[in-house]
Amino acid sequence: MSVLTRTPTPLGRTRISRLQGKARYAPTLATVGLFLAMFAIGAGMYPGFLSGQVFLNLLIDNTFLIVLAVGMTFVILTGGIDLSVGSVVALSMMIAAALLQAGWNPFVVIALVLLTGATFGLLMGLVIQVFEIQPFIVTLAGLFLARGLCYVISVDSITVTDPFFTAMAQARIPLAEKLFVSPGVVIALVVVAVAFYVLHQTRFGRTVYAIGGGESSALLMGLAVPRTKVLVYGISGLCSAIGGILFSFYSLSGYSLAATGMELDAIAAVVVGGTLLTGGYGYVLGSLAGVLILGIVQTFISYEGTLSSWWTRIVIGALLLAFILLQKLFSRKVKLA
Amino acid sequence: MNEIVPVVDMSGISIEFPGVKALDAVDLRLFQGEVHALMGENGAGKSTLIKALTGVYPIDSGTITVLGATHRFSSPAEAQAARISTVYQEVNLCPNLSVEENILLGREPRRRGGIHWKEVRRKAREVLDQLQLGHIDPGSVLSTHSIAIQQLIAIARSVQVDAKVLILDEPTSSLDADEVQQLFTVIRTLRDRGVAILFVSHFLEQVYEISDRMTVLRNGRLVGEYRTRELPRMGLISKMIGKEMDALAELERAESRRQPGRQDEAPVLQAQDLGRKGSVRDVTIALHAGEILGLAGLLGSGRTETARLLFGADRADQGHLSIDGTAQTFRSPRTAINRGIAFSSENRKEEGLIGDLSVRDNLVLAMQASKGWLRRVPRSTQDQLAEKFIRTLDIRPANKDALIRNLSGGNQQKVLLARWLITNPRLLILDEPTRGIDIGAKTQIQKLISSLAADGMSIIFISAELEEVLRLSDHIAILKDRQMVGHIPNDGVTMEDVMTIIAGTPA
Amino acid sequence: MNALLKHRLTWPVLALVLLLLLNQLFRSDFLSVRVQDGHLYGSLIDILRNGAPTILIALGMTLVIASRGIDLSVGAVAAIAGAVSCTYIYNSPDPSSLRTAAGGVAIAVVAGLVLGLWNGFLVSVIGIQPIIATLVLMTAGRGLAQLVTDGQIISVSNDSYQAIGAGFFLGLPISILIAAAAFGVAGLLTRRTALGTLIEAVGINPVASRLAGLSARSIIWTVYVFSGLCAAIAGLMISSNVTAADANNAGLYIEMDAILAVVIGGTSLAGGRYSLVGTLVGALIIQTLTTTVYTLGIPPEVTLVFKALVVIIVCLLQSSKARDLLRQRRRPVAKQSDVKVAV
Ligand SMILES: Nc1ncnc2c1ncn2[C@@H]1O[C@H](COP(=O)(O)OP(=O)(O)OP(=O)(O)O)[C@@H](O)[C@H]1O
Ligand SMILES: [Mg+2]
Repeated sequence: MSVLTRTPTPLGRTRISRLQGKARYAPTLATVGLFLAMFAIGAGMYPGFLSGQVFLNLLIDNTFLIVLAVGMTFVILTGGIDLSVGSVVALSMMIAAALLQAGWNPFVVIALVLLTGATFGLLMGLVIQVFEIQPFIVTLAGLFLARGLCYVISVDSITVTDPFFTAMAQARIPLAEKLFVSPGVVIALVVVAVAFYVLHQTRFGRTVYAIGGGESSALLMGLAVPRTKVLVYGISGLCSAIGGILFSFYSLSGYSLAATGMELDAIAAVVVGGTLLTGGYGYVLGSLAGVLILGIVQTFISYEGTLSSWWTRIVIGALLLAFILLQKLFSRKVKLA
Repeated sequence: MNEIVPVVDMSGISIEFPGVKALDAVDLRLFQGEVHALMGENGAGKSTLIKALTGVYPIDSGTITVLGATHRFSSPAEAQAARISTVYQEVNLCPNLSVEENILLGREPRRRGGIHWKEVRRKAREVLDQLQLGHIDPGSVLSTHSIAIQQLIAIARSVQVDAKVLILDEPTSSLDADEVQQLFTVIRTLRDRGVAILFVSHFLEQVYEISDRMTVLRNGRLVGEYRTRELPRMGLISKMIGKEMDALAELERAESRRQPGRQDEAPVLQAQDLGRKGSVRDVTIALHAGEILGLAGLLGSGRTETARLLFGADRADQGHLSIDGTAQTFRSPRTAINRGIAFSSENRKEEGLIGDLSVRDNLVLAMQASKGWLRRVPRSTQDQLAEKFIRTLDIRPANKDALIRNLSGGNQQKVLLARWLITNPRLLILDEPTRGIDIGAKTQIQKLISSLAADGMSIIFISAELEEVLRLSDHIAILKDRQMVGHIPNDGVTMEDVMTIIAGTPA
Repeated sequence: MNALLKHRLTWPVLALVLLLLLNQLFRSDFLSVRVQDGHLYGSLIDILRNGAPTILIALGMTLVIASRGIDLSVGAVAAIAGAVSCTYIYNSPDPSSLRTAAGGVAIAVVAGLVLGLWNGFLVSVIGIQPIIATLVLMTAGRGLAQLVTDGQIISVSNDSYQAIGAGFFLGLPISILIAAAAFGVAGLLTRRTALGTLIEAVGINPVASRLAGLSARSIIWTVYVFSGLCAAIAGLMISSNVTAADANNAGLYIEMDAILAVVIGGTSLAGGRYSLVGTLVGALIIQTLTTTVYTLGIPPEVTLVFKALVVIIVCLLQSSKARDLLRQRRRPVAKQSDVKVAV
């Protein structure tokens, strides 16, 4: 046997580990930093950009995306993915619009929509967990199914005239002089706060991270892996339903083709926010910043005004890329420093 | 010892995997306040038995009784609820989370308003201190620590709970002597408190030091249950391998020294002050054909890092490296391999195995990689090579189509070793090649290393077992605090000599 | 028998046969193939012909997925390929000649290769996660295609060009022949050489592969280039079939169909082991599904619902877990070692 004795203190080791511990936050910090930088660039380029309301409008215009990104963060943290969110948003809007049109009480409608969304997610989660089918496929089927159900409800768009919904659409909550937000913003931020709490202060939340770090390890550590994995999709479904309601507040209609491709926006926002698609690393606050970044890109484009629709697509793609590259560069620097 | 009712009583346990009967009517009894060793060769079924007990694998037949109640755990969580705490063979923690979380995951102390993080830290500190790991920052991320530290943290997790049964599957495979002693102190304390402990190790000294009784398995079958002090080592070994082993005496004898390497020719590998920021520095080595260089040093002293630099797995940013006298900069392992260097990593799960491929595919991978994808190694050659190495290294099951992830740990290691031997490298770097390998296989590998060197291959040998390093090497390079502090020829060097150098050089 | 039940292609093939029989039940001439003017006609031929672009793209996708990646940009690449070739033909002095058609095809193929190189560069050199790296081109790609066509639908009339999607050779539709050739090439390329195993190795454990001396970078690059190439040829087929380039709608959602085909064919999205034959069967299932919707007269509103259900059922049939549950046989709750490497 060896007679090696313990090193008094492996100095180098602890120093390195502390540094790398901080590097965990690097991608998220990079996102926040770059968001600020982009805001500053916008301020330099366009007069009137640097105003509180421009920032608040970013929130107002993206409430539903924020909520979707929160749900998506849970799923991606476990190493999964949920492609169904855009369709579930549309389905929620259709259900809400159809029921409201039929004269249902708006609160009952909202409750029902949330229940439907959560159930839809849970069912997908169950299929994923029990039958071990890949999330990408199950939720892709979920995408088709929810979109299909939209058409079954109605092929045409349905306008929402319910007084509560219209009130929510028009309501403005003043913050300061000439600064206001919509009720949707409050709801979205509450969702973010709750998600943050759940992820960092509950055993469930820590299990989400643990699964992302290594599912079989988490299982061997005796964590409630199956339950958590199912719940995560339930949460994403619930968030999609909330997103659908918020989108209804925003657009006052239900339309089968609404929110097409929004799942990709949500995924992009989460990734831009520093969450790794392989799971285990990332924060909801990062995802919030990610949504704001995508929003600011849209704002740039609307400020530019003259872009043809194809240039818009190209610019969005290019900015997405530029952003990811910058973030990569930035977080690598932090790691080396 | 308390002979009344066993805490754990497994009887007639059988488990069959596709193609292998991993366990065949095996019994195991654990009593309160004993340390029980589970012994057997690689692939004997030790880990499988443990996984059967703790609900990872469902059993095909047999009964499991824990504290008088019959159980069929269907998940590790249920086993834990029955107060069985387990450290599995491979480190099974979450690399993305902090040390403290890994210790307390799933049982974090809570208060109103969520997890009580201060308390988490306090409890983590407490158990780390208990294992003399006070220097580890509980807030640091797990993946920043070496395998050995991770192993210790897994142990910390298992002893942190108030368990009735503690199961340790090869907990000492990457620990150094001092850490082993530290662990044993903890084990003894727990034993005296009445915990039943199941211990697996391939180190006989450890087994004889710590265990009271032992159960021996062979090829998935029960050989018997013995009192440790009534079963001499030779008896144990022959029970494990199933035949009397004279060769074993030979094992314990020191290796006869080989011819010295060919010093007259230019060194195969020469490194001058090689280093990398944040990794190691001052690596100076000259290695001739047919020489074995041992790397000695404490845990975390930079042994693995040195190997990675020489192999191009990490890029050096200081110093020079030359092969056969021509200067080289290795940008990737590929360039190193093309110069005839091979490296077998200590982290076989993450850096070695291609889990879902067969033994054959894994065996020929490095050779295929160096040939390029266009020139496929013909199937017949693949089969020949696979059969040859399965035979020479006694890889079990002897099935070249088995998925490598289904092999036992020791057999996986042999496959990885063979992967490099096939490429017939000029310099073979072996990082902990004998870890987790049973005693027979270990001698085999040591002999193999000697004979490879005799045939002219240069070898860099890394092991936490200094004895092994001293027995095999022609030269010894000594590392300390991520710096090379000495390089001595092995002419009767003793462990004390090495320790003096490590202790003596100021960092 | 048991081995047959366990084979990973058994269930997909069974599903395909069932779907075909279902069609036959509703239309008795469904399975018959006629010869007319020396050309083969019939629903089966239609399925193959209409499915050719999906088959092609799914082939490329299989290798990308085996390497632990994914390529969302294939639909956009197909649109770009159609756009550049049609625009070239449209603007050339001799828009109906064979030479012009060849030129258009060449340009499209080059475009596909370049775009594949681009994706491969982002994934293997820069190290961006594949979903995001290819999302960039998915988003921007249709914009690029529109830029090429100036937002118009470019119609061309060139017999040679039209032959790619609608022509016949030796009695068989040319698009089927192209898909078959691509399938053969991919099969030979990956199984006759070591490429297939190396792709699998990289997909299963990239870190270990690198340490074993694999040039993971060039392998990953190769699969994306191949995927780009397949997408470009598929784009040519699509535009040739309608003799026009529609930047907005050509190949829309084909990436999802291709991914479905790959998975139904038994290749795991987690990378590693793959099956080209499985992908072929998967693509045929997807295409037959579309045909079935018409045959059965399913109202268009529920088409998507129908598709979702069939996909789920096929995946369930294939999932060994589901079959175990049916047979009440329990399996290990955890794999012995899940190799997991953060990217
Ligand atoms: N999940 C599995 N699927 C198929 N075969 C398996 C599986 N797990 C283990 N085996 C086989 O069962 C046998 C026993 O393996 P086990 O891991 O229990 O050995 P062990 O005694 O722990 O060996 P070691 O000392 O090398 O760790 C081996 O032949 C192994 O290949
Ligand atoms: Mg074992």
